[in-house]
Amino acid sequence: MRRSTRQRLVRLGFYALFVAVVVLVAVSADWERLQRSFFRLDIAGEQFPDIVVIAAKNTVVYTAIAFVGGLVFGLVFAVMKLSPIAPYRWLATVYIEVFRGLPALLTIFAIAFILPIALGVRVPGGAVGAGVLGLVLVAGAYMAETIRAGIQAVPKGQVEAARSLGMSPSRTMVSIVLPQAFRLIIPPLTNEFVLLIKDTSLLYIAGTSVTTKELTTFARGEASTSSNATPLLVAGVLYLLITVPLTRLVAWLERRQARAR
Amino acid sequence: MTDQPAAPTADPAIEVAIEVVGLRKSFGDHEVLCGIDFRIDTGEVVCVIGPSGSGKSTLLRCVNLLEQPTAGAVTIEGIDVLDPETDIDAVRARIGMVFQSFNLFPHLSVLRNLTIAQQRVKRRSKDEAIAVARKNLERVGLAEKESAYPAHLSGGQQQRVAIARALSMDPDLMLFDEPTSALDPELVGEVLAVMRGLAAEGMTMMVVTHEMAFAREVADRVVFMDGGRIVEQGAPGDVLGKPSHPRTREFLARVLDPTHVPASNPLDGADAEAAPRSSGDQSPPRADGHGH
Repeated sequence: MRRSTRQRLVRLGFYALFVAVVVLVAVSADWERLQRSFFRLDIAGEQFPDIVVIAAKNTVVYTAIAFVGGLVFGLVFAVMKLSPIAPYRWLATVYIEVFRGLPALLTIFAIAFILPIALGVRVPGGAVGAGVLGLVLVAGAYMAETIRAGIQAVPKGQVEAARSLGMSPSRTMVSIVLPQAFRLIIPPLTNEFVLLIKDTSLLYIAGTSVTTKELTTFARGEASTSSNATPLLVAGVLYLLITVPLTRLVAWLERRQARAR
Repeated sequence: MTDQPAAPTADPAIEVAIEVVGLRKSFGDHEVLCGIDFRIDTGEVVCVIGPSGSGKSTLLRCVNLLEQPTAGAVTIEGIDVLDPETDIDAVRARIGMVFQSFNLFPHLSVLRNLTIAQQRVKRRSKDEAIAVARKNLERVGLAEKESAYPAHLSGGQQQRVAIARALSMDPDLMLFDEPTSALDPELVGEVLAVMRGLAAEGMTMMVVTHEMAFAREVADRVVFMDGGRIVEQGAPGDVLGKPSHPRTREFLARVLDPTHVPASNPLDGADAEAAPRSSGDQSPPRADGHGH
């Protein structure tokens, strides 16, 4: 009885603390100035529809391409990293260490400007193509490690069962190991997707035009033209409108799958 | 790699299903199999018994090359499986294997567990594969579970599905690696019943087991292994009823009466004084003596 009373008091104390902090922030904030800098409804209104039909759309398209490309790279290098042939393992290790270790901004810069000069290679799609390829390389490096961990988390008995039925190593990988591995790595892959959405903001380093701007670049441009930060806030809201439903959807899918299994 | 290799043709005149000569297997410095000579004839049911670490499971796994032998020869129906020219996938497709831990594919339904290798390895049509799968599910008494997922089945049911999965490839011989050791005692019987039925149908079977009653009743021959060697083998009545080697006697005494274990190293049966087996040793060992 006494213990439960104390617990109730402690909980009450935490509620009080929370309310106190909220009140303090509300009182001390300069609301009028905040509104002048970040909440100008007229400026926010001017952003539409371009910020959605150009900027947000570009962000989603770049992310999707980078994610799918990263998945392909990740899969290839994950399998290489587990290969019995040593040079493949080394190559995969070098790739993963380099592109995971470099800042994404530098990778995008290198693909866009160093690669054409050094090798005379021009990535199709111009600046955007180069930038997205940079993102693919970075995403691929992260996903290679995630996929490798997923493959290794599938019990050895699964491979043995498949091989004992006469399946070849590649058939075993495709039909038995990878489907189970991908189920295991849905949460980290979702994480990677969200990180990629935000990393598309680095594409500005490769150069952008009016129609290829993604959310952050677009909003920064608008913010400097209007000398007001409201466009950045609108962009922030749009980012959350993309990421939060996505993560909720994946969480729901996972729960549904957990129930079905 | 192709999934449909040219299947080596088995000569029906060859009566030897499995032949193992001078087989050695080491894991690092530890030699698990120290020169095994062993054969199973077509249609024979052989139970391999022995203490944990005696190498019996390793021997079984060397037969279909889940373990690569260090030295020696393994021949399946006249085909040298260690020959680099041999298509091991094609040989494995003819050897059914049942694991202690079932190893069903958890992401596939029971029916798909049974059809996937038929379609991908034997290149059967979907309809044919499903027909074969249903026939084998019925054989193990689980026809009504075809759309269930493995996680929804009991251990005994999972192991029966695993047997049906192996049978769906129409194997010439079956390997069982302690098929009931991971089961709750009350589920052992249903799996042994399926295996008993298989033996009665004339399937060639190599069974690593601790089920002495099963070995006595079903096996044509019992092989006792200890320390990486075959200590003795023969008719079940001889090996289990009147074993000639003290290590066999010691092992059987311990399996039949777990409280018997002497204070000395329980794995070193050779040095322990061979305790006289209780009188009336004609009574079959109890089926629940699989305490290893």
